[in-house]
Amino acid sequence: MEYFVIVISAIFVSNIVLNQFLGICPFLGVSGKVSTSVGMSGAVLFVMTIATIVTWLIQQYILIPFGITFLQTIFFILVIAALVQMVELILKKVSPPLYQALGIFLPLITTNCAVLGVAIQTQSKNFNLMESVVFAIANAIGFALAMIIFAGLREHMDLMRVPKGMRGVPIALVVAGILAMAFLGFSGLV
Amino acid sequence: MNQWKNFTKGFIKENPVFVLLLGMCPTLGVTTSAMNGMGMGMATAFVLVCSNIVVALVKNQIPDKVRIPSFIVIIASFVTIVELSMQAYVPALFEALGLFIPLIVVNCIVLGRAEGFASKQNVASSAIDGLGMGLGFTFALTLLGGIREMLGNGSLFGFRFIEGDGILIFILSPGAFIVLGYLIAIINKMKKTA
Repeated sequence: MEYFVIVISAIFVSNIVLNQFLGICPFLGVSGKVSTSVGMSGAVLFVMTIATIVTWLIQQYILIPFGITFLQTIFFILVIAALVQMVELILKKVSPPLYQALGIFLPLITTNCAVLGVAIQTQSKNFNLMESVVFAIANAIGFALAMIIFAGLREHMDLMRVPKGMRGVPIALVVAGILAMAFLGFSGLV
Repeated sequence: MNQWKNFTKGFIKENPVFVLLLGMCPTLGVTTSAMNGMGMGMATAFVLVCSNIVVALVKNQIPDKVRIPSFIVIIASFVTIVELSMQAYVPALFEALGLFIPLIVVNCIVLGRAEGFASKQNVASSAIDGLGMGLGFTFALTLLGGIREMLGNGSLFGFRFIEGDGILIFILSPGAFIVLGYLIAIINKMKKTA
């Protein structure tokens, strides 16, 4: 498959957050400010790319040769959990400034379904290693795009007068719905 | 009486979706129809009950440091059981839910209950807690799926009661966000007046 098609469809047409509903927890949880959502997006980009490479290698060289693909879910989640811990340790040692920026978001990523979701999807779509990497990066960019736009909207929303019952989560969800509607305009692009 | 309270708290008071806001991904992702919502809810409820029981049984054997990874392995095993059984017995539902079945592993409700409740309580109350939370989750998903199916398709559990098309947007992704937003607003309002 062409890389261009993978990138466009992952970022716009089937956006990971607004269209596939993966990674909703951080999308709603840490989207209060633009700065934190940028940090979270960076952490997701980092972990998602590494996790996809590692799980792809595990699938091709361990699970398929031994005929134990039914253990995919268990293997993948353990690998991702271990990987997140490892990335955290390495970052702390190698690049303190980056750790400062992404540190608090890393533990949250283990339970981010977007990472596991992308890892499983690359297998069900039969991507090769290069396509998987492109797919992971494109999905992370799609996540970042949705997240940062949404955080910007929420910053403005704090200044608005919202009816009492709708304050907080309800209005955020409705705004996310309208944002998703905007992204529907991209459908049929690829 | 205490166990009864333990069982019913998952429905409204501590409903995982409407109040605790856990497990949002499957909540929004699979509720295009009441049937899909209910199927997802049942699958999650099964995993919740089983993992709660096992975690409560082995909680004294697990060293504190490797607690979370051990819980994840227990949960992932039950998710695999559910995945394979659904593929064998209800292939249509398995197709419809797709990616979200393996993703039960990362559903915060399951790990949340294992860590927050089952690792401290005895087996019986953990099982009841899992069942209550699971049914509360099923209730929320079925409600959301039912509303979206009614508005978007003019049917409920597949039975049509309106001729012609519904409001398509409610079946598509924006509908999920908007319906859930209004449902939470209504429940907040109900909780304040009650």
